[in-house]
Amino acid sequence: MKQQLESIQKQAMEKLAQASDLKELEELKVAYLGKKGELTQILKGMGTLSPQERPIIGQLANEIRGSLEEGILSAKNRLTRELRNERLKAEVIDVTMPGKMRPVGKKHPLTTVMDEMKDFFLGLGYEIAEGPEIELDYNSFEALNIPKNHPARDAQDTFYISENVVLRPHTSPVQIRHMMSNTPPIRIICPGRVYRSDTVDATHSPVFHQVEGLVVDKGVTMGDLVGTLQAFAKAIFGENSRIRLRPHHFPFTEPSAEVDVSCWGCDCSGCRICKGEGWVEILGAGMVHPNVLRECKIDPDIYSGFAFGVGVERITMGKYGIDDMRLLFENDVRFLKQF
Amino acid sequence: MKAPIKWLKDYVNINVSIKEYIDAMTMSGSKVEGIEDMAGGIENVVVGKIISLEKHPNADKLVVCKVDVGTEVLQVVTGAPNVKEGDYIPLAKVGAKLPGGEIKASKLRGVESYGMMCSIDELNLTKDYLPDAPDDGVYIFNGTPELGADVKDVLDLDKVVEFEITSNRPDCLSVIGLARETAATLGQDFTERKITVKEEAGGDVNELISIEIQNPELCSRYAARVVKDIKIEPSPAWMQRRLAAAGMRPINNIVDITNYVMLEYGQPLHAFDLEKIQGSKIVVRTAKEEEVIRTLDGQDRTLDSEMLVICDENCPVAVAGVMGGENSEVTDDTRVLLLESANFKGSSVRITGKKMGLRSEAAIRFEKGLDIENTIPAINRCAELIELLGAGKVVKGIADCNCKPYEERVMKLEPDRINSFLGTEISLDEMVRILNSLSFKVDTNNMTVIPPSFRNDITQFADLCEEVARFYGYNNIKSSLLSGKESTQGKKTYKQKMEDVIRYTMMSCGLNEIYTLSFASPKVYDRINIPEDHYLRNAVVISNPLGEDFSLMRTTTLPDMLKVISTNTNRNIPEAALFELAYVYFPVEGEILADERSTLTIGMYGKTSDFFVLKGAMEELLSAMGIKEYEFRPEQNAQSFHPGRTAKLFIRNKDNEMVYAAILGEVHPEVAENFECPKRTYIAMADVQVLIDASSVEKQYKQLPKFPAITRDLAVVVKDEVYVGQLMDLIEQKGGEYLEEVSLFDVYKGEQVADSMKSVAFALSFRAQERTLTDEDVNIAMERILKNLEKTFDAQLRA
Ligand SMILES: [Zn+2]
Repeated sequence: MKQQLESIQKQAMEKLAQASDLKELEELKVAYLGKKGELTQILKGMGTLSPQERPIIGQLANEIRGSLEEGILSAKNRLTRELRNERLKAEVIDVTMPGKMRPVGKKHPLTTVMDEMKDFFLGLGYEIAEGPEIELDYNSFEALNIPKNHPARDAQDTFYISENVVLRPHTSPVQIRHMMSNTPPIRIICPGRVYRSDTVDATHSPVFHQVEGLVVDKGVTMGDLVGTLQAFAKAIFGENSRIRLRPHHFPFTEPSAEVDVSCWGCDCSGCRICKGEGWVEILGAGMVHPNVLRECKIDPDIYSGFAFGVGVERITMGKYGIDDMRLLFENDVRFLKQF
Repeated sequence: MKAPIKWLKDYVNINVSIKEYIDAMTMSGSKVEGIEDMAGGIENVVVGKIISLEKHPNADKLVVCKVDVGTEVLQVVTGAPNVKEGDYIPLAKVGAKLPGGEIKASKLRGVESYGMMCSIDELNLTKDYLPDAPDDGVYIFNGTPELGADVKDVLDLDKVVEFEITSNRPDCLSVIGLARETAATLGQDFTERKITVKEEAGGDVNELISIEIQNPELCSRYAARVVKDIKIEPSPAWMQRRLAAAGMRPINNIVDITNYVMLEYGQPLHAFDLEKIQGSKIVVRTAKEEEVIRTLDGQDRTLDSEMLVICDENCPVAVAGVMGGENSEVTDDTRVLLLESANFKGSSVRITGKKMGLRSEAAIRFEKGLDIENTIPAINRCAELIELLGAGKVVKGIADCNCKPYEERVMKLEPDRINSFLGTEISLDEMVRILNSLSFKVDTNNMTVIPPSFRNDITQFADLCEEVARFYGYNNIKSSLLSGKESTQGKKTYKQKMEDVIRYTMMSCGLNEIYTLSFASPKVYDRINIPEDHYLRNAVVISNPLGEDFSLMRTTTLPDMLKVISTNTNRNIPEAALFELAYVYFPVEGEILADERSTLTIGMYGKTSDFFVLKGAMEELLSAMGIKEYEFRPEQNAQSFHPGRTAKLFIRNKDNEMVYAAILGEVHPEVAENFECPKRTYIAMADVQVLIDASSVEKQYKQLPKFPAITRDLAVVVKDEVYVGQLMDLIEQKGGEYLEEVSLFDVYKGEQVADSMKSVAFALSFRAQERTLTDEDVNIAMERILKNLEKTFDAQLRA
């Protein structure tokens, strides 16, 4: 009987190892361990054994049952695994095919550049001030120390609505409005649309954007202006950027400067971006003219301040290597999607 | 202002290279716009003399010359028709460089030629510079220049620096002004030149002319000299060349001298024929209304009472600072000259010039306000040059009517304040050195400073700071960052934050941001089907537009979005989804300024776009802005839109009113055609301020449900014209307290549904907060809903 048991075990184990699907495995389970299964049948014949043999055979039979159960389980695991692997193989997809989620839209590069500037100045404690684009001549010129018939008006090529109303040629009137209705300390930037009567070409547009800045407080120095612009240049053009100030004249600042940044294309050795100059003019700046402060009821003997203005289109074109300003307003989707 | 270097060198030593010079000038505030090197590209071109000239053996049109260049005699073949034996000519020797290329030895029809005789074209020079040059052929020198001498020296070929002069520095619109800046920049001395007028004609100017200024506000000084025995002839070559190099065409000796002095001194001068001045009298006054003068350009100009004129006893003879009159013009027959050197008010010259459409070099200088102390030196220099050129004999004395004698401005010198304004530590000595180099008089005992008369721009403390800073070096100012100042908080306004929300939501919805210009054409309204008298046609008008098509400030962004869509379609781009955040502008009755309305415009076309994608974007926006109560109402009467595929969005504002916020829909096919847009183009336009006013960023957490929901489907058949929105509204109204959500899941037409009917299916979800609902609860609600749908919309439950 012992022999019989052992041969059943051997036979069963062999069959289990060969079982090729779960159905076959179930049949084997029934065949050996079922009520009418071989092992059960043998155990039913235990009654014929002597009392000495019974516990020995009984124990053996239990061991064999245990090992068969174990064998079935492991065969089942094996078969499940094989089955799953087969299914996975059948489910292969081509992961190199393009994604399907609707692509997010892109921010226009002008917005991106203005946002960078806003972020920089917000961090330095500036507020963002806004004002109308259709503005009083007074706010756009006279309060900025440019009286009617001042020769500096020639440079502006201003659009007029009426004698006293213009399309603002810069966002400086926002500074005037802010100074008129606030007291120092003042730290603002004024981003926005401005207008000059230039016909559209690769480097001009009658509508463009500026970000101007204004700081008025006790003891503001020209060194503060230099430091602010230096930090600004690093933020916008990269950590290695340096600035260079050239004396210039603006009616609303004194001293006034035009400011160049070291060329980001060649670091001052001369390239296409800087037209070989090594420096790129990016903004105008200066200490707020005392006449402007007085006009805004701020005493220039107590307060001083600085102001600067940058053309967003030029910076955007420089940063991204855009060679024609018209691209910014044409809105070809293939252009927009690049940013 | 074009400044020839050699002319500058009359007044200052320039001891650095041209590159160093322009860099230094740029950094001290005289911006250089360009350099013109008249000798650029010319090398080894020398003076030669033609010592013999023979016919070419093989060519009728060529001659063979022997040319003496001092050290050797060269054989040169030329086709120039104008050369003859004994002529001095510029000869480009073998190996010489010309702007057109290098000269090589050559054989012309079998005869060797060792060089080329040059025309002014080949030397890249103009007849303005060398008026005696022939129109065609080789240039022939006047006189007998040294053989073999470099033509660059003989012809005085110079480098010319063009400076951009800012409006505050009219003094620098002159060689002398730029020489002064040069001297201060290079640390050189400015060389004063003493002017000597011999006054050989004797007499007394005051017996020949009297001057009366009736309007001293507009003319503060008028000085005049008289010159007799005038001989009009061409001015000498050196003067012609300098004028030409500075950009002025030589005319004759008198005109050239006045121009020369204007360029050198910055003071415009005018010459009258004294014999044509009636009554030996100059009256400076404003014109009478409707008074007429024929100016030198032959035009009759009607004057008005704001214009300043120079008159004789009877009538105007010149428009002050703008142009002379034909009636007093200097001609070849002129025998006696009246020279004018005056100081006119800048704004007056500017206004008058503008009205007449004239803007001469003289007017450009007057406009900016001139140095009143410069009138006399300038007229003396003019007299000196007349004598030097032998153009006439100067009468003794100057008739000088000076209404406002110059007073020096004594200003405080506050070195500490300058340093604390600039953020520098410049010593007093250094400041004094800088100011002295700019001709300021500094008194360190009284701590005062007096700017020179030609610096009208220096009036206050900040002006002195700029002068000190310019020559201390802007780039030597140490940078600081508002340290120690009261700190301020950087923040965006609510509106600015909301605009960011709008942008980010639009981009999340797959829309790309665009920028368009703010102008509109008056013709555009027809193209978007806007009727006459519609409020959109009432726009702010630009009085000096770039053209009719850009003459209005836009009242709608629709045309601009359509243009962008059209651009993309025409470039075969199959689909696009776009948005713009920009202003439109409405005139306001009784207000000076316009109402500027921030507008969100969405535009889309192509296979992933339809009305519901557009509406979805609007819904996302409403959700992002925290606008919870809104309604999309069908809109049949928007002329630019498809009458059956358009809605208006109404939202509940803070005053608890439902207000119009946006329109969205398919563009009317006619409009789409007008703009060459795809037939299915979708546009939304929203009033951003209305959205912002109704928006809210406040959020409140609502507990997640604890009890399960029961869902039921409801399909009803209704007439086609019943809106789904109406059905949903009614379901929500009648759903009872447990109805949690209604969502549409199908609209069906076809088999089993009668024509002109549709089947609409909803999924309804019911839930109670405090218990699990029973079927009984829901059945009651469903029955109520159905009964009401039947009653109101004649709806039939679909089996
Ligand atoms: Zn570069």
